Amino acid sequence: MSGLGSGLRKAAPQLACLAVILFFNWLAFPGFFDLRLQDGRLFGSLVDVLNRGAPVAILAIGMTAVIASKGVDLSVGAVMAMAGAVAATMTVEGYSLPVVLLSSLAVGIACGLLNGLLVAVLELQPIVATLILMVAGRGIAQLITEGVIVTFVEPGLIFFGTGSFLGLPMPVIIAAALALLTVLVVRRTALGLLIESIGVNRSASTYAGINSRLLIVMIYTFCGFCAALAGIIAAADIRGADANNAGLWLELDAILAVVIGGTSLLGGRFSILMSVLGAIIIQSMNTGILISGFPPEYNLIVKAAVIILILLVQAASLSGFKLLLRPGAAATARKAEA
Amino acid sequence: MRRITLGEDAVSEPDLLLDATEIRKSFLGLKALDGVDFSVRKGEIHALLGENGAGKSTLIKVLTGVHKPDSGAIELDGQAVAVRDPMHAQQLGIGTVYQEVNLLPNLTVAENLYIGRQPRRFGLVDTRTMQKQARALLARYDIEIDVGAQLSSFSIAVQQLVAIARAVDMSGSVLILDEPTASLDSHEVELLFGVMRKLRDRGLGIVFITHFLDQVYAVSDRITVLRNGKLVGTRQTSDLMKVDLVSMMLGRTLAAATEHGRRAAPPPSERKISFSDFGRARSVAPFDLTISAGEVVGVAGLLGSGRTETARLLFGIDLPDRGTITVDGKPVRIASPRDAIRLGFGLCPEDRKADGIVGDLSVRENIALALQARRGWLRRMSTREQTELADRFVKALDIRTTDIEKPVKLLSGGNQQKVILARWLATQPRFLILDEPTRGIDVGAHAEIIELINKLCDEGLGLLVISSEIEEIVAYSTRVRVLRDRVHAGELAGAEISTDNIMRAIAAEHGAAR
Amino acid sequence: MTSSRLLPFYATLVIFLLAYAVCVIQFPNMLSTRVLGNLLTDNAFLGIAAVGMTFVIISGGIDLSVGSVIGFTSVLIAVLVTWYGIHPLAAFCIALTIATAFGAAMGAVIHYLDVPAFIVTLAGMFLARGMAFVITTDSIPIAHEFYTTLHGLYFRMPGGGRLTLIGGLMVIVFLAGIVVAHYTRFGSYIYALGGNKTSAELMGVPVARTTIGIYALSGFLSGLAGVVFSLYTSAGYSLSAVGVELDTIAAVVIGGTLLTGGVGLVAGTFVGVIIQGLIQTYIVFDGTLSSWWTKIVVGLLLFAFIALQRLLVVLSARKGSSQVATP
Repeated sequence: MSGLGSGLRKAAPQLACLAVILFFNWLAFPGFFDLRLQDGRLFGSLVDVLNRGAPVAILAIGMTAVIASKGVDLSVGAVMAMAGAVAATMTVEGYSLPVVLLSSLAVGIACGLLNGLLVAVLELQPIVATLILMVAGRGIAQLITEGVIVTFVEPGLIFFGTGSFLGLPMPVIIAAALALLTVLVVRRTALGLLIESIGVNRSASTYAGINSRLLIVMIYTFCGFCAALAGIIAAADIRGADANNAGLWLELDAILAVVIGGTSLLGGRFSILMSVLGAIIIQSMNTGILISGFPPEYNLIVKAAVIILILLVQAASLSGFKLLLRPGAAATARKAEA
Repeated sequence: MRRITLGEDAVSEPDLLLDATEIRKSFLGLKALDGVDFSVRKGEIHALLGENGAGKSTLIKVLTGVHKPDSGAIELDGQAVAVRDPMHAQQLGIGTVYQEVNLLPNLTVAENLYIGRQPRRFGLVDTRTMQKQARALLARYDIEIDVGAQLSSFSIAVQQLVAIARAVDMSGSVLILDEPTASLDSHEVELLFGVMRKLRDRGLGIVFITHFLDQVYAVSDRITVLRNGKLVGTRQTSDLMKVDLVSMMLGRTLAAATEHGRRAAPPPSERKISFSDFGRARSVAPFDLTISAGEVVGVAGLLGSGRTETARLLFGIDLPDRGTITVDGKPVRIASPRDAIRLGFGLCPEDRKADGIVGDLSVRENIALALQARRGWLRRMSTREQTELADRFVKALDIRTTDIEKPVKLLSGGNQQKVILARWLATQPRFLILDEPTRGIDVGAHAEIIELINKLCDEGLGLLVISSEIEEIVAYSTRVRVLRDRVHAGELAGAEISTDNIMRAIAAEHGAAR
Repeated sequence: MTSSRLLPFYATLVIFLLAYAVCVIQFPNMLSTRVLGNLLTDNAFLGIAAVGMTFVIISGGIDLSVGSVIGFTSVLIAVLVTWYGIHPLAAFCIALTIATAFGAAMGAVIHYLDVPAFIVTLAGMFLARGMAFVITTDSIPIAHEFYTTLHGLYFRMPGGGRLTLIGGLMVIVFLAGIVVAHYTRFGSYIYALGGNKTSAELMGVPVARTTIGIYALSGFLSGLAGVVFSLYTSAGYSLSAVGVELDTIAAVVIGGTLLTGGVGLVAGTFVGVIIQGLIQTYIVFDGTLSSWWTKIVVGLLLFAFIALQRLLVVLSARKGSSQVATP
């Protein structure tokens, strides 16, 4: 732990960004920061931001590890839909809650394992490898739900979506617990260092004796697990599984959260907590647009603007304006020097 | 501008096609070219030689406009020119055929010849005319192939000839061939030489880059040797003995500080690693090699002689297709670098940037990496432990960095090399393989690394050191393995070890191109 | 053109013929021009967008904005025609211009900022979908007489099948795509970029112009697909064509184009599109199967083809390693 101070300093741009967004939210809705305790549970827009942002935060946790290893997982949205479908249908069929949860998580783990094997063993490009499940996953989810929205009333499962613990909504608790646990596992073991190492230079890492293949399989498996967890929460939240819309486009939100959190798409250094912060920033924008009275669809334009902004900032800081002026020559020179 | 080269005809050279003078080029303060003169005459084949990092490719890139020289002048047919980019170089008449960045294997032969200038009819590409032209063009090189077939369906030799045909057709004054023979068999090499001679007789100036000395003598008229970014000299091929050429290439520029006496062989040790009948098809011919504790085996040989391939084989990166390994008499199996590391091996790779450093990680993390990988991910080294380790090695190896938390990519080459050495020393290895440990680092660091090799050896480590610096090898080796054309061709020991003997062994009957 | 490169395409062709044979054996009715005509009509917008995607993927890129651009153009046309009373033909021109400019802009960003295509077109996907929502979130039916006229235009094939205007348009786009790919310099530049960008640049391929052109073409064809979608549904809805980019990518890959670029055939994509249509038709004929099977089967085919391509690459690398010496 290199001290809270330096951590905060690194997070300064993101925190400032969040503060600005929250400020605008407050302008749009003066009651934004109001919190009240009712029936032992906190209510308020801020809590709402955290609650709504929880599934993307959970996805972003898994996605961070994947992106840090120089990969990407496009299938998390579809895996969410599958996990939710499994949870809902098994609940309706009367299985007990632990069996339902374990089965649902197992589906996510199996999907992640498949992705990991395709990337690490078949050495497919991550985009290509995970595209397969992105396409087929939603179909499988519909197969499980037989094309209808399966609703359930099992209070145990619903608790994961709308229940509360210690005054906070369950999704927030789960996301926070997962984030802390992951940070602990990644930073208290050597996993974090090893993941960053293969993300920066896989060849050198192999020379140094790191089992990069196994590590990559583990990373994608973990990402699948996270997606399943997010899928369970999303299903519990709406008390049903909607194979068509559950997790739709969330893979992109998760990637965006990771990128906002400062992890490079080219792999390497990562921070789980910063990605969670990224997810909160995205949700704050969503909420802000909503309470400003704009239709929620405006989100997409804002997200596009954010991506373009990040690209511009990265391009400017990476290679200066030389790149902007003479791109072709720059590319040639880079290749030539390598 | 016209300068007079020593030892050559001092009369103004009327046949000069290309004349580059006093070319300088630095990358990040490292001098890649330091005042190099180079010229190409009409109707000559001019061989450009030098080890890796000598500056050959930088010179070519300056001549073809990939890099801008920091200073110096380039004249073409007596006219000063500033080459903007490779396209511009082509238009000026300098065509280049690269070894790797070849043509486009996924296009047809005809498309490769005419891309961007395909004949058109009614606005559409006239494939028939294009193929007819392509056939006519290739017929001049005695190549008769289906020009409508994909380039990748032909042998490398044919692809190479197609590339030459294209370059000559587009430029037609100076032709640069960058290691064109690296992947050709001897018959194909003859074919290529035939074409080169024909083009020479037509008045082209050909620059021929290779590391096969026999080929140099077979086809070239003049030879220029570069070494560490400097011009060693330009000679008529007919006047230059092969041993002299090798000595020009491998040179005698080592700092005096490293001129230690020859090492005595260590007392016979039971602690030894033996590879027997070890080999891999198309990589290195089967060889036997034993390394005892406390000895340094130097590996000498020219580029492409199988040096790096040997290192990769010993460390489990490439798997041998034959042979056995014993460690202290016990048979073992190495199927991956992890296996090798478990046995106490370490490898500092030749390509530091691609296979050695993990650039974005800190000096501390880079040093701890191999030890951590061996311990497994569950048993994390605490930051304090890593810091102590790093501090210890920064001090012991005199790694110059302001801070062990600095990303290792910001360090100089020599210090990066020391970081990788530290990474392995941290694992307390018994056998270290160093592939070109002193390449691309400054003179001071160079001497230190040689010092270090001697020290490690004294401490009982077994080392295998690959180097193209012969004097360096003489300075630290107890035995010297000489490689030639992917064969372990001989071994020198004790009093036999001298620069002259090694060079003679390398130059001797330097075989035909594979 | 040698066999190993074309193997995926032949595999696709064989799979299509086998699948069609199975369909016909089970439902003899499927062997009719009526089914054929419907296949073309129902998949027209998918096919047109897939031609653009084929070029993008051959060049080594990807375009995730396709579905959103289709949705956007269909909404734009609907609004222009019904709210502003603009003639559909003029509306088409406006929509196509915007879509083309949109694609060109993405290509420019990809080239000049040197960022991965998938991130840039992802932003494009958000942007186009967002703009569609900004115009309106309602579904707007188009009841213009010009649309009725166009619907009345079709060619009656022997056997009663109808080759509709949009079905015919798709066939024309595919034919034009084949001409562009194999009979223009631009086409050869696209293959060159996908083969090896550095080599292409050294050989004088105008990389900037080609990259921008490729994405502009993809944008144009996505816009055209939007026009066709508008004709097909006679409506504009901002949520339409969600996920079509995935269907088009699947069609391109199943059609034998290498996702890593450099190799592929426009004609293969046509077969890929028709295979997807065939699966849907089979499901309709069967009556008991549900539509989600399409996605699963497409996913399986995708997996099979990617694995096949990977295998071919590995095999050719093994063959090549005998020739390429380590420098």
